[in-house]
Amino acid sequence: MAEQPAIEAAGLEKSYGKTAVLGGVDLSVSRGSLFALLGPNGAGKTTTVRILATLLRADAGQARVAGFDVLRQRRQVRQRISLTGQFAAIDGLQTGEENLRMMARLSGLPRREARRRAAELLERFDLGAAASRRAETYSGGMRRRLDLAAGLVGQPEVIFLDEPTTGLDPRSRQQMWEVIAGLLRAGVTIFLTTQYLLEADELAGQIAVIDGGRKIAEGTPARLKQELAGERLDLEFASADAFGLTARLLGERAVLTDQARLTIGVPTDGSSAHVRAVLDELDPARTAVARFSVHAPTLDDVFLALTGHGAAAARSAQPAKEIAHV
Amino acid sequence: MSDLAVAAREPQFTTAREPRLTKARAPRFTGALALSGRGLRISRRQIDVLLTSLMLPVMLMLVFVYMFGNAINTGTKYVTYVVPGVLLLCAAVGSATTAVAVSTDMTGGIVDRFRAMDIAAAPVLAGHVVANVARNLVSTVLVLGVALAIGFRPHAGVVAWLGALGVLVLFLAAVSWLCAAYGLLTKSPEAANSCMFVLMFATYASSALVPVRTMPGWLRGFAANQPATLVIETLRGLLLDTPTGSAPWRAVLWCAGILVVSVALCGALFRRRTS
Repeated sequence: MAEQPAIEAAGLEKSYGKTAVLGGVDLSVSRGSLFALLGPNGAGKTTTVRILATLLRADAGQARVAGFDVLRQRRQVRQRISLTGQFAAIDGLQTGEENLRMMARLSGLPRREARRRAAELLERFDLGAAASRRAETYSGGMRRRLDLAAGLVGQPEVIFLDEPTTGLDPRSRQQMWEVIAGLLRAGVTIFLTTQYLLEADELAGQIAVIDGGRKIAEGTPARLKQELAGERLDLEFASADAFGLTARLLGERAVLTDQARLTIGVPTDGSSAHVRAVLDELDPARTAVARFSVHAPTLDDVFLALTGHGAAAARSAQPAKEIAHV
Repeated sequence: MSDLAVAAREPQFTTAREPRLTKARAPRFTGALALSGRGLRISRRQIDVLLTSLMLPVMLMLVFVYMFGNAINTGTKYVTYVVPGVLLLCAAVGSATTAVAVSTDMTGGIVDRFRAMDIAAAPVLAGHVVANVARNLVSTVLVLGVALAIGFRPHAGVVAWLGALGVLVLFLAAVSWLCAAYGLLTKSPEAANSCMFVLMFATYASSALVPVRTMPGWLRGFAANQPATLVIETLRGLLLDTPTGSAPWRAVLWCAGILVVSVALCGALFRRRTS
């Protein structure tokens, strides 16, 4: 890749008093890609975003965004980025259209252009019908979309989204994902923070996992899952007797023993040869195992493997992801 | 994209030490204009703010004229005495809204958005100041209208009216910036609301409602020379065509001083809040 990355950071450090928030973070995000910074609350995600978006000065380290230094060429950086933070940056007492028109005027568009751009963005973000309603009457999802639209009036090259779906219901989250995927197709670079592992999995081409101010892993979603948490073959038994017998037989080899569902999980590489071998070994009579499924590792598994303390905040939103059914 | 480098050099709140801009976002004046529009729209839609800044002054005047006025001897009809004071009182009370508005911006996400868009603090705060001055001028007209209906009879020519208006606007601008600084200083909009009490009591200790000579000796020195009294005496003199002495230029000096200090203070506080 000869092209300069859209975002590159080296050795970013930040402390507040004696509390170290970032302890030397390196990042590189290629142009036109979506990068997810994943971590639990307090991991340093927002601090990283604020440093990259020129709002906060790092104690040490360097960062370049859109080719410019975030400290020395702050103005050039600001002309090329937008930030949608955790707190909505819209006025509840202004209508959706007024909010966007104001932002467009502030981005330097003349009056008529600003009006046109506001209308275009409202349409694009499916807010056309609510354009003349005050933003305070919007649902959570609509507010986030308006907030995101407001960040786009200046046609930024790099977009920072700090937890864009936190607190949204599943439907609104899905809509937000579609909007973000659309932006990516339009060619902008997106830097997103999230504590939802599924979200990073769904959207990002590259993920960095951050915990306690340090990057603890980085890679594509597939690679992270592959390297850090293997696949699991779950066998559902036809009877409690068969279940009990097999559980005793396997002992330590079983990584999952679920009495209620009569299910036992063993590690697998996911190949049909291995699955067939396991079935032949444990169920030569072909009557004991009723069903099986191959459990692909979720990023939640990855997180658990990496940090040892799990992602308590993220767990609730994690539906198990199962593939390859018979 | 038009150039901003040559635009009027108002106080710049972004940290210095960066190369002079080559290409700008909105010219600063356009930015301030768009943000003033925002301030006006928002304050027009806040019912509680409208009630405070439009109704309260009128109610205060009626209370003082009809309930307390007969007990107060000012040497003239009380309504004649009190109207300039009420104008100032409502300016002070109304301006507290600026502190709340600024604090609300600072605690929400909008300031981060603005900063990431390279919009300086000055136009953001100026938007609130302009909205406040406009709102207060409307309440001034309202108070004057009611005052005329209940017997206030000014003796002022066009020049005197314009002079009074000028002093009032200058005072409003100064107090608005002071309130903006208060909003930057406080941690939450609720805390910023206390601005109203500070300003209200500062105004009570002036010649707004009763002559300074009726106050206890220890308060008289402060009350006679504080800016509110000087502005009120200037308004009285101009509207009633009575001698003003040195009040007008001292009032202007005070207001200009408060304005300059407050704007500088806003810059420093904004930097502190956002670094």
